[in-house]
Amino acid sequence: MKGKTLDTAGVEDAYDRIAEAIDAAGEHSELFLAKLALTLAWRCGDPAVVEEAIRVALLDLDAETVRPAR
Amino acid sequence: MHQPRTEPRESLYHDYKVHPFRRPPEMDGARIEHAVAIVGAGPVGLVTALALARLGVPSVLVEAEAQVSEGSRAIVLTRRSMEIIQSVGAIEPFVATGLPWKSGRSFFRGHEVYRMEMPHDDDDRFWPGTNTQQQLIEQYLVDAAEASGMVDLRWQTACTGLEQDDTGVTLLLDTPEGEYRLRARRVVAADGGRSTVRRCLGLRFEGRNYPGHFVIADIRADLDLPTERLCFFDPDWNPGNNVLVHREPGGIWRIDFRLPDDETPEAALEPETLAARIGQVLEMIGRPVQWQLDWATVYTANTLTLPDYRAGRVLFAGDAAHLLPIFGVRGANTGFQDAGNLGWKLAMVERGIAPEALLDTYSHERVAAAREICAEGGRSTRFMSPPSRGYRLMRDATLSLVLSQEWPKPLLHWRTSRPHDYLDSPLNTPPAGIDPAAPVPGAPVPDARLGEDDFLLGHLPAGFVLLGFADDADTLAALERNAARANAHGAPFSAVWVVPPGLAGAGRVVDALGRARARYRARSGDCWLARPDQHLCAAWHRPDAAAIGAAVGRALGLGLAAGSSGGEPAGAATEGERATEGER
Repeated sequence: MKGKTLDTAGVEDAYDRIAEAIDAAGEHSELFLAKLALTLAWRCGDPAVVEEAIRVALLDLDAETVRPAR
Repeated sequence: MHQPRTEPRESLYHDYKVHPFRRPPEMDGARIEHAVAIVGAGPVGLVTALALARLGVPSVLVEAEAQVSEGSRAIVLTRRSMEIIQSVGAIEPFVATGLPWKSGRSFFRGHEVYRMEMPHDDDDRFWPGTNTQQQLIEQYLVDAAEASGMVDLRWQTACTGLEQDDTGVTLLLDTPEGEYRLRARRVVAADGGRSTVRRCLGLRFEGRNYPGHFVIADIRADLDLPTERLCFFDPDWNPGNNVLVHREPGGIWRIDFRLPDDETPEAALEPETLAARIGQVLEMIGRPVQWQLDWATVYTANTLTLPDYRAGRVLFAGDAAHLLPIFGVRGANTGFQDAGNLGWKLAMVERGIAPEALLDTYSHERVAAAREICAEGGRSTRFMSPPSRGYRLMRDATLSLVLSQEWPKPLLHWRTSRPHDYLDSPLNTPPAGIDPAAPVPGAPVPDARLGEDDFLLGHLPAGFVLLGFADDADTLAALERNAARANAHGAPFSAVWVVPPGLAGAGRVVDALGRARARYRARSGDCWLARPDQHLCAAWHRPDAAAIGAAVGRALGLGLAAGSSGGEPAGAATEGERATEGER
């Protein structure tokens, strides 16, 4: 992906915060993740970045469909 | 033999008139070739007949029923629909009884989460929405058709089949006294979503059906609420679904709600079930008043269109041509635009003024409009009636976000039906010499306030109209001279001059407030040519007679070869989409 990205420390902070928020959302975690994704899509402001993020997130969703290592 | 219901329909607010079957001359051996036969006397068929009548072409209108349709159905007329009805000379009863409105509110979990004001300019005679029940719409149009003396309205006459050849179409009609054949040079299929004509010709829709069933219930109740659109998402009594409430004339209220996915339409219309839900709606809006049920039905949402509205000498309009979602009031309002577009083209071809190719432009322009509406209406429908788990989750995420955020609120906009601009129409002459921000060819003719209750569109006669702006006598004289010399190719053509008070006279409208000139961004000498359906098709500064004549000729399709209507309409479907068939 192009454009501004978080550094590793920033990603690690986001990782923790999202994990904690999923736990806090409890049974509403799916709704929370949808709200988060929509908010981040709006914040990012670049449809191409959103599309690429969706593409990447759809990869390797379960063990049977994991792409073979190169 | 066809035997429609002849007892008046029951209604709390409308006295249905049962129209008798009148034996037509064809049943006694007369051989008549009619100019145009229209199948279906719903709003679209009736406006098409009136549009033809305005341009001097008679029609035969066959209707299977003995009375106008039942229930409120298409209750919201858009501004454009009102303008079209005005253009065919039938507007006054709509103005007298309709309820104008321009705003809507959406609620979620007891909070008002979105308020939308639809644009309403003081220069527009009509409001963005006017609520009028469909049986009233039809009754007013029937009255106008009968008054015209140009429409042979044949009630209790069902179309059961048709055959067409190189010179015309033969309709097979069934009546209470038996069958007969009616011959017409052209047929308009305005026989609704379950069109017999479409089925007989084996034509298939493209697009998609949406899951879910919706109930409409019309009730009489004394509610102290304004005329606006109310939408309630995810009410406690109908979790995950939504409810719409509209005020109708006659103390009637329209309630629409989606059924739970596991409930059948038959179960939803059980009197006790329906009564319980109506009671819950009234509780929800804080008005638990006494009420009476007038009518109820169930519908589904679709975004379907034929890929071509012309099949030889048969032309499709309204729900026979497309099935569009109710969200955004797209059904009948799209049909009125079909009727306005088709009526004048059919009249010009029938009168021998325009070539057959003009009829291809009807399909080109209106299929493009339907595809645009399918795209927009599809978005509204996917929000109001999520077709999958993913869409439901995103809808719920949006509703949850709007409780605290402003930015997602536009996603709740229901994208009200709007007129299609025929910007790529082959009938347009490119604009020359006008302000770049002025109205362009393809757009509907903008209205403008001339006085307290006096508007520009009300002054436009039937046919092509040259609308010119002149501030001084010399400019006016030059424009009048050029318009008088222009070759209109036999088409009905007139000029309307927009002038300051000092130049008042016959064929002129006085723009004392300067509002028409401002809305058109017009300089003295600017002119626009309007088609008979009140869409612009040319614009210039000080056009000469040759330019005016050429633009009228182009708008009549005189330069078109058969089948060259401008290519594939915008938004063409893929083959995969075309494979989908759906019926309401």
